Amino acid sequence: MVAHLNRKRRDPVRTRRKVKTLKINGLDVSGTDEQTILEVARENDISIPTLCTLEGLSNIGACRICLVEVEGARRLLPACATLIDEGMVVKTKTPRVVEYRRKLVELLFAEKNHYCAVCVSNGHCELQQLAEDLGVDHIRYPYVYPELNVDATHAELGVDHNRCVLCQRCVRVCDELEGAHTWDMMDRGENTRVVTDMHQNWGESKTCTECGKCVQVCPTGALFKKGSAVGELEKETEFLPYLKVMREEQ
Amino acid sequence: MIPDELNEMAEEHSQKQNSFAHRIHVCAAAGCRSSGGEKVASAFEDEIKERGQTEKIAVKRTGCMGLCAEGPMVIVYPDETIYGKVSPADVAEIIDSLDGSPVERLSLDSEMPFFSEQTQVVLENAGRTEPESLEDYIVAEGYSGLITAITEMTPDEVVNEMTKSGLRGRGGGGFPTGLKWSTVAKADGDKKYVVCNADEGDPGAFMDRSVLESDPHRIIEGMAIAAYAVGADHGYVYLRAEYPLAIERLKKAIRQAKRAGFLGTEICDTQFDFSIEIRLGAGAFVCGEETALMASIEGRRGQPRPRPPYPANYGLWGFPTLINNVETLGNVPTILRKGGEWFASIGTDDSKGTKVFALAGRIVNTGLVEVPMGITLREIIFDIGGGIPGGGNFKALQTGGPSGGCIPAQYLDMPVDYGSLAKVGSIMGSGGMIVMDDSSCMVDVAKYFMDFCRTESCGKCIPCRAGTPQMHKILTKITNGEATHRDLDILKDLCDLVENTSLCGLGQTSANPVKSTLKYFEEEYIAHIEQGECPAGVCKFKRTGEVINGCSS
Repeated sequence: MVAHLNRKRRDPVRTRRKVKTLKINGLDVSGTDEQTILEVARENDISIPTLCTLEGLSNIGACRICLVEVEGARRLLPACATLIDEGMVVKTKTPRVVEYRRKLVELLFAEKNHYCAVCVSNGHCELQQLAEDLGVDHIRYPYVYPELNVDATHAELGVDHNRCVLCQRCVRVCDELEGAHTWDMMDRGENTRVVTDMHQNWGESKTCTECGKCVQVCPTGALFKKGSAVGELEKETEFLPYLKVMREEQ
Repeated sequence: MIPDELNEMAEEHSQKQNSFAHRIHVCAAAGCRSSGGEKVASAFEDEIKERGQTEKIAVKRTGCMGLCAEGPMVIVYPDETIYGKVSPADVAEIIDSLDGSPVERLSLDSEMPFFSEQTQVVLENAGRTEPESLEDYIVAEGYSGLITAITEMTPDEVVNEMTKSGLRGRGGGGFPTGLKWSTVAKADGDKKYVVCNADEGDPGAFMDRSVLESDPHRIIEGMAIAAYAVGADHGYVYLRAEYPLAIERLKKAIRQAKRAGFLGTEICDTQFDFSIEIRLGAGAFVCGEETALMASIEGRRGQPRPRPPYPANYGLWGFPTLINNVETLGNVPTILRKGGEWFASIGTDDSKGTKVFALAGRIVNTGLVEVPMGITLREIIFDIGGGIPGGGNFKALQTGGPSGGCIPAQYLDMPVDYGSLAKVGSIMGSGGMIVMDDSSCMVDVAKYFMDFCRTESCGKCIPCRAGTPQMHKILTKITNGEATHRDLDILKDLCDLVENTSLCGLGQTSANPVKSTLKYFEEEYIAHIEQGECPAGVCKFKRTGEVINGCSS
């Protein structure tokens, strides 16, 4: 994965970062020219809901939950993957974007089986939290619920494709921080799945280092530790930014 | 190769060509090949050999002659007699007639609007030269644009010429080419790339394939000129693997160009170096999107990423990259040769030059045409295209593939340019035109394109991956006579969601076929829902509301 937002192509003479000022929801804020709208918003306690983005991983703008309105922009922009600019006017909570976010979450719930009551992540799930925050109390689209496999071939870890929201966090953490690139994506459209190696069983993977980072970054119960019962699986992602810094220093 | 050597080569080759009393051009592009063009060409060769006239009559396998409906096509020079639907059995008769009058039953009127009303720039050599012959291309003034550019002009002057021409991207977006070139030229990077996007994937579109099959050297020359203008020294052609003939010919052309010194180092004794590599696409429609295309060239999964940063600043492996479509690059050599002003004199104010269209569907003259911008749809369909076969009534024209829309009869007199097409809810797109008559159900058409988008979505962003299947499901319900007005409301709502929240152009435009058919043919949707009937008689319902044999698509 190319982490295009983390690139460093700076003029060696002028290494000082440039400071930019902008308005988010009417509030005057500032940041450096290497920061995204999301980072600056979070620094200023302005919350923007997200799903695929995670601090410490590259930003891919896949889930579209963090779309915000930027004055003068032709389209809505993903806050996680848009660098700030001088004089930008950003609105994160207009009725339009809030409504879009809700519909996107509804589409996710309709796409696959996300029965919380029987899920290891119940109560600690980012998708569940997101739906709650956005006030999703019913799904307007018909449920698709394809019957998908569960790969339980690994001794300690497992993947339930029925719960996967395809945020690609596992793909990124495995590639960018662990350096193993065991996870990747296969197929297209509604048939897209995350796969280990070249679509081999996880238990037979030659590249997996069994570090378990993918399980920790998974926002739902799709990647789990075996032996967890309903609601037992709590995930920790705080280690990521440190690991990223350490990796960069190496 | 230096200009003098080039002239010498051209002179020698054209003398040799003119030494033949007759030249029989047989279309050897994929369309005519599939209807037996190769057999016709070999039959001509065998017959001529048998008669011992190899010194007098030459057989050439040329590029696309355009009128695919009449394939395999043959044109006899210097009389320019055009024959259609030629079979090996007709060969002897045609050779017999060479010094007399043409074979009536096979000949086509060369004055027919299909041939007389076209203005050919990109296709100027198609059907006239042998795609596998560098000499033929040089006789047709090929590579003179490149030589002029690198020996007489500065890169800035080349960019200015493009800006002056007013050429806009022919792949669908319509971005001004001169502006794109100048952005890449100004971007700072230790290395730069030029990419030719030949991942043509719209259903019913075959313009790029034909250009590559008919005139591969044109693309090489266009890319080399672009590379000189922006300061690149390496280029990629991203070509889909489904076009084996185009791949074969382009590979051969690249080898020829290398040998003749139009590719490689110190081209034409200047400091300019340029090389081209072919990358084959593995059949993903989304790889025509520039960021997905770059990911695929880099060897990663072909999925788009958010822009900005644009490829002009951050392209292949992070270096500034110029990405142009086949047809766009095909215009470049001619613009350099004849000047930007000449090009700008063709077309309309906002759309300069010509556009190649692939005519398909319910139209008499299916095939490939190149027309000046600003021509009306009526002229294309009824004059050049010959109208609807069997006397059917024109119902709608689909342009721009799955990203475009359906244009109803009331806009037939609209000029064809980027602005006008956008105004009626469609797009220029890459140039596919599918004509539909009364026998087409517009809901069924929308369903077909939605099915295409659903299966071609890369699966990265939620709205496109999860939204298009939902839309397809509702459209299926409508064509099955099982939908309600609520379904229609959800469909409209999903159109808005997918259009405004998707990551790349594929998702953002996937709703266009539904939106445009809803705009002009909503009564057909309503008839399916309320009366449980299909006005075009395509979707068949049982009394109980069940489908008997599904839709015809």
